[in-house]
Amino acid sequence: MSIEKTEDSNFEPLIVAFCCNWCSYAGADLAGTSRLSYPANVKIIRVPCSCRVNPMFILRAFQRGADGVIICGCHPGDCHYSTGNYYARRRMTLLFSMLDYLGIERGRTRVEWVSAAEGVKFSTVMNEFSKTIHELGENKKLRDLRCKEFLD
Amino acid sequence: MYKISTDHLTELFSSISHDRALYMPIEKNGQVQFDRWMEDKKVRLDALNTVKSPKDLFFPQSENIVAFKIKGKNISIIENRDESEPFVVFGVRACDAASFDILDMVFLQDPVDTYYKARRDNGIVVTLACSEPEETCFCSVFGIDATNPSGDIATWIVDDMLYWESLTEKGERFTETIKDLFESADFLDEEALKSHKEDVEKIIEKLPLHDLSLDGFNSEAMDEKFNSPKWEELSEACIGCGTCTFICPTCQCYDIRDYDTGQGIQRFRCWDSCMYSDFTRMAHGNPRTSQVERFRQRFMHKLIYFPTNNDGVYSCVGCGRCVAKCPVSMNIVKVIKAMGVDENV
Amino acid sequence: MQRIFGLIKDRVGALLADGTVDRVIGWEKGEFLYDHTPAIFNAEDDLVDLVYDGFCASNLSKYLIDESKKDGKILALLKPCDTYNFNQLIKEHRINRDNVYVLGIECRGMLDIDKIRALGIKGIEKVEEQGDELYIQTIYGDKTCKRNEVLLEKCINCKGKEHVAYDELVTSGEDIPQVESNRFEDVEKLEAMTSDERFAFWRGELSKCIRCNACRNVCPICSCVECVFDNKDSVVASKANTDEFEENLFHIIRAFHVAGRCTDCGECSRVCPQGIPLHLLNRKIIKDINEFYGEYQAGQDTNSLGPLTDFTKEDVEPSIITEKGGEK
Repeated sequence: MSIEKTEDSNFEPLIVAFCCNWCSYAGADLAGTSRLSYPANVKIIRVPCSCRVNPMFILRAFQRGADGVIICGCHPGDCHYSTGNYYARRRMTLLFSMLDYLGIERGRTRVEWVSAAEGVKFSTVMNEFSKTIHELGENKKLRDLRCKEFLD
Repeated sequence: MYKISTDHLTELFSSISHDRALYMPIEKNGQVQFDRWMEDKKVRLDALNTVKSPKDLFFPQSENIVAFKIKGKNISIIENRDESEPFVVFGVRACDAASFDILDMVFLQDPVDTYYKARRDNGIVVTLACSEPEETCFCSVFGIDATNPSGDIATWIVDDMLYWESLTEKGERFTETIKDLFESADFLDEEALKSHKEDVEKIIEKLPLHDLSLDGFNSEAMDEKFNSPKWEELSEACIGCGTCTFICPTCQCYDIRDYDTGQGIQRFRCWDSCMYSDFTRMAHGNPRTSQVERFRQRFMHKLIYFPTNNDGVYSCVGCGRCVAKCPVSMNIVKVIKAMGVDENV
Repeated sequence: MQRIFGLIKDRVGALLADGTVDRVIGWEKGEFLYDHTPAIFNAEDDLVDLVYDGFCASNLSKYLIDESKKDGKILALLKPCDTYNFNQLIKEHRINRDNVYVLGIECRGMLDIDKIRALGIKGIEKVEEQGDELYIQTIYGDKTCKRNEVLLEKCINCKGKEHVAYDELVTSGEDIPQVESNRFEDVEKLEAMTSDERFAFWRGELSKCIRCNACRNVCPICSCVECVFDNKDSVVASKANTDEFEENLFHIIRAFHVAGRCTDCGECSRVCPQGIPLHLLNRKIIKDINEFYGEYQAGQDTNSLGPLTDFTKEDVEPSIITEKGGEK
């Protein structure tokens, strides 16, 4: 059952980042325009608010082969919709705790608050997260084998 | 007839599983299921009913039919069905063995279901007679003899001896391949078995549902039963789950679905349940709009429609699984009693 | 149990007779005296089939979603723990309170027929309760066992004997022993395992799932008109666990959708034909809620905000999971 450390040194993780439109997506933009580098295997999905992220989105990302999922939103108190990220914070805390309880490596999920001015933070967080996922290796516990079989 | 001491069953099983898969009631996480035998598995031949019936081995809960792989503008078709494995299923009870005959009527009729047929051809059914029937058992109502199960080979466990008798040519041929493991049963054994059967028969006669009457469940009564006001009352507790249909050895409805993997389609079929709200849903909508109608369908099918189309054979074998497992304890026995001729005055 | 049943029956009869209520939802006697079915009684004469004993575990509050929308007033027999679900459904505007007359009934804990069978007692024809002792008549002779050895999981971890919603109470005045328990014991055991051990545990349990939806359909809180797993447009609609992932997905979503709303009534585990300890998923969420956001009991009242529809600015960050659990 244990996740073997991937022997394939070419393992490139697939990371899905849900970024809120108002802060984190702009933060990613800033990272780009500031020519800060972050791993190319981070795929950003823009959402109106971190609160828009339905637990199903996260599970579906893993199903389709994501190795890590990160949710980025405005800092608590700065939500464009005033309170969205407060709800998201509770929801994600409980969901990620439950995934951990089911035996999914807790490093695979993460929540970060990144403002529109924090291009540097965005790049640091993504580099860090990508490193963690590299160390954890391929997601084998929460993936749909049917999706994998069809890839080759 | 052959015999083997129950102490040597492991040898028998490992010999059988040498060149084919062997399935039997195995306990896993506190529940007994038909599962692949391996030496370290916990065999539970004493368990009367497995949670799911062994129909799973011939008609799996879900099975791949075909896949389509899409690359650019090309679609390739991949045959990824898999039913060619030869196997033996051991420890099938008389009721479940009878359910295979009912499934045959459905799947082996024209047009033959090749998936089911392949598994039927590749599988050898070894039944095990019951020695401790439960209060939920009512197979005798459907003319099934729990002490003389059908199948390719029938077995009985009396004290610490297992008796083995081939019933079909297929069973005979298979027995030939492993007969070195057995001793021949002699006259004394036959006597012991006979008296054991008589003891069990006495218990069966005492079972509370033994005298359940099916009078009135025939094609003539179709309209009367269909229009009975009792369905509403009987179905009001039903929560619309699929427990009864999924544990039932004779339920045979399925759905065919496509799973979109992102790069292609996996087409599979899986069990469906007439208790579900999307059963019979078509482009125009669903003709059965309430749980009353869904509930009625299940029992009308088992007790009226099926026998009407199949020479009076009911689509129930009295295994008692639904009696034991329904979350709200509504089951075919209660329906038969409520809708039967006596009560319907 | 006999005595309380007599009192309930008299009171129900009287309320039907004087027109306070038009219908009654209760339990109807089964074949073997352990398989009672929820049923609606329309007239005093029908009450001959009414029953109340240790095998009336079915939580009737969910039926009230539909029943309370019909004409007339329905009397509901609710045990103390059932009233939490009733309250929660009122809070979510699923029950029309005006059409329901709640007769709160005393409960000594409900019995688990599977536990009785697990004691090796086969062919059960009749179970009689006498105090703390059960007399079981079987095809293979008479047996006895202790009542508190065969209580349902949900009753071992009883929420208490107080009703949180009722119009009238029926009690026998007898003393009901309260069982001491720690409902989070098993959750804590799992938390103490390593991630891989937990994964193995849940794979073992969830791989038994036959996807019959009994846990979902019986849940008094799962009350969506159309479940996401039945909605063909949801992309996740499915009737079978065709992949391990689907087993996980279904159970994660099922448990998470009732997060903060689950009253821990234990119906999911009770009805699971495969004996999957589903309540351990829900209890984990309840335990987390209690630890992170303060003690909360869903269904305690009809107006407070639930933990997931509320927040404070000082809430813990999701990283708490890593900090709390150490390097597992």
